[in-house]
Amino acid sequence: MLEFVLFVLIIVVGTWGELCLGRAMKQTGELERFRPSAMVRLLYRALQIKWIWIGVAMMAVAFFSLLLLLSLEDVSFVVPVTALSYLVGAIGGIFFLGERVSGQRWIGIALVCVGVTLVVIGNR
Amino acid sequence: MHTRLHAKTYFLIAVMVVAGPVGNLLLAKGMKQVGEIKIWPPSELVPVFFRVFGSLTIWIGIACLIAFIVAYMLALSLADYSYVQPAAALGYAVVAILGAIFLREAVSLLRWVGIAFICAGVSFIRGTNPRTTEAPR
Repeated sequence: MLEFVLFVLIIVVGTWGELCLGRAMKQTGELERFRPSAMVRLLYRALQIKWIWIGVAMMAVAFFSLLLLLSLEDVSFVVPVTALSYLVGAIGGIFFLGERVSGQRWIGIALVCVGVTLVVIGNR
Repeated sequence: MHTRLHAKTYFLIAVMVVAGPVGNLLLAKGMKQVGEIKIWPPSELVPVFFRVFGSLTIWIGIACLIAFIVAYMLALSLADYSYVQPAAALGYAVVAILGAIFLREAVSLLRWVGIAFICAGVSFIRGTNPRTTEAPR
């Protein structure tokens, strides 16, 4: 039960945090060049955006959940299961960021879900 | 537009595929060195916190994950979230291989097959257009 809760925190809260980052980074503009000064400027702009901080807080919750789960289980079990975040990410990308998800991408996500199911069954 | 956008995005994804799995591996190693973690009663959290964050392995793992996140954020400024995340997720398979080799985890056949499915799903996702929304102004 504890493990289930931890997985939910990692997958749902962590992915939602990443979506917040994605939303914020779309407001910063693109990275023009691979110069350190340009990267620092971009990150500085990003830190002004509210969504960054909401995203960081959610990802911190997910991170501590991950640490706890890694003390209980194999890393080769925990990390593949967190791949379920593709599904959460695609759904969030559509509804939260207004992205379009192609049919091909949905097939990929379905394969990932089958894989996660097998990994979970293999652990029982 | 696509060649340059792809080249930059792929470079950042390469950084993510290396730094992410190594970071997770080190966290797993560190958390197992730290010993049993009690979170109840909540007063247990304080000594646990100091044990965990007194571990050099954990800190190196965190440094790797920070490199991962910086690359991730830069990639997100170039391409769609739902493109970057699956493309980078090759690292999810790399971490299982590293876990089997370096942490001697017993990876069952079913787990390997599941991970293979995840990789297949990832490679399917990779061929799609990196951005479907308008460029920011």
